[in-house]
Amino acid sequence: MASIGKTLTEKILSRATGKGKLEPGEILGVKVDLVMIHDLTGAPTVKLLGELGVEKVWNPERVVVVLDHQSPPASISAAENQKLLREFVEKQRIKNFYDIGTGICHQVVVEEGYACSGMIIVGADSHTVTYGALGAFSTGMGHTDVAAILATGETWMMIPETMKIVVKGETPRHLTSKDIILHIIGSLGADSALYKSIEFTGEAIKQMSISSRMTITNMSVEMGAKAGLVEPDEKTYQFLNGKARFQVERVKADGNADYSEVYEFKIDGLEPQVALPHTVDNVKPVSEVEGVEVNQAFLGSCTNGRFEDLKAAYQIIKGRKIKRGVRFIVSPASRKVYLKSLKAGIIGGLLNAGATITNPGCTACIGGHIGLLAPGEIAISSSNRNFKGRMGSPEAKVYLASPLTVAASAVKGEITDPRRYLK
Amino acid sequence: MKVKGKALKVGSNIDTDVIIPGRYLTIENPLELAKHAFEPIYPGFTEKARKGVVLVAGGNFGCGSSREQAPLALKHAGVKAIIAESFARIFFRNSINIGLPVLVLKDSQRNFDEGDHVEIDLDKGIIENIAKKKRFQIKPLHPMVKEILEQGGLINYLKRHVKRADLK
Repeated sequence: MASIGKTLTEKILSRATGKGKLEPGEILGVKVDLVMIHDLTGAPTVKLLGELGVEKVWNPERVVVVLDHQSPPASISAAENQKLLREFVEKQRIKNFYDIGTGICHQVVVEEGYACSGMIIVGADSHTVTYGALGAFSTGMGHTDVAAILATGETWMMIPETMKIVVKGETPRHLTSKDIILHIIGSLGADSALYKSIEFTGEAIKQMSISSRMTITNMSVEMGAKAGLVEPDEKTYQFLNGKARFQVERVKADGNADYSEVYEFKIDGLEPQVALPHTVDNVKPVSEVEGVEVNQAFLGSCTNGRFEDLKAAYQIIKGRKIKRGVRFIVSPASRKVYLKSLKAGIIGGLLNAGATITNPGCTACIGGHIGLLAPGEIAISSSNRNFKGRMGSPEAKVYLASPLTVAASAVKGEITDPRRYLK
Repeated sequence: MKVKGKALKVGSNIDTDVIIPGRYLTIENPLELAKHAFEPIYPGFTEKARKGVVLVAGGNFGCGSSREQAPLALKHAGVKAIIAESFARIFFRNSINIGLPVLVLKDSQRNFDEGDHVEIDLDKGIIENIAKKKRFQIKPLHPMVKEILEQGGLINYLKRHVKRADLK
């Protein structure tokens, strides 16, 4: 019998565990290459380190701290947490510190070249899976696990099964990677990848920009996945060239790798997709939701707050006005995204149309300090979660869609197929 | 290690945003956090949980954000253990790490009614519905997981197992 090959996930974990052959389900110690914490999860992590009596983190070069979730702080307790983290990075001599206004942690980690192909990355945030777009095995954990990693540089992991998702066909004009991932989540369900690692492949994925791939891997956690990866290719290496802070591994899945499941999606003719309240897998084509009146439209988040997203939305906003009564909140994912959009005339154009531009950060997505919803209100959002109460009142409703659909809905004042405004 | 409480039923795909909304995450005191547990979907939860309850859930319990404040809020509200058909992986780890037993039981929803008296023997891997005189044998916990739970969480476990020198 021919020997069974390794998935991309197994290749990376095999190096990190020092074990040649891996069995899904076995629990192994893993060396971690990079740890990320932010203001909401970082403060309790640091307090636990104190409780453990740890004086020094295992390697300050491998720790990234970003203040993004409630920044600038909207409460004294948030301000205290941020103060604690500033003191922590000074004391620990952690150079990789990004204060408020730099951007969303996941955007910053990628932009600044911390996430490289082949690495094992753990973040105290569920959307840490985003870095899989660059071929890293990255996953979220809680603050106790992360404190233990900060102390020792190691953690335990259960070797996941690998699920393969192949996206085939010609991408229809104006269909975004957000529509594709919403369609996948809607078809497979919110618990379809529990504990599993997903590898996304196929022509449509290969043709996508790194930004678009990040949208896909970012939302793999909405299916319960432990990680979501795209095999690195020339596009990846080009993206990392001159940016990578660590070694870039040219890692690939074996042709005869063993996947627990393989799903194929054909996207020819797919229409823009929308996730209805209150679960991410409650997905319908936009034509079935058109006409729902919205009070707020949010463009931003680690899912869709990049330059590509703002540029796409501006295609629709340009020369139009935001509907009276609609708050259109735009949060660039990072200062770099903000500056680039500013230079391209996008920020000015959005402001003229009536948008509210916020500082870079998580803002309305987390429902903590900016743009909360009142009872009975409806939002359309380019973010990743529409859970009850996520963006404010539990009696509010959140619909998730692409930056294009969000922009079209902001103009019309109701959920709208963006193709109505595009040639 | 044994735990017991009255069954309190919740549904499937319960996410961490409804367990503890994002705006409360800067609260440090777990007892303060606990006051807001399940606030968006379960008015009166904290009142009910106070005497000690075992949550009985469907699939994918604890999905969404990695916030460890979610299991912390439940534990300090009076939740003694959670039985679910499946758990989201970060929530599962987080619960063990803070010393809250989480147990996977197929058809959990069908086998318990609200208020049923539940007893769990973690050493033997037995869940008992005393009210219905039903007994379920589950896969015994991994020895390390059991010890972490017995120690009340990963931090206490580490204090015991890892030499200080290794940590510094």
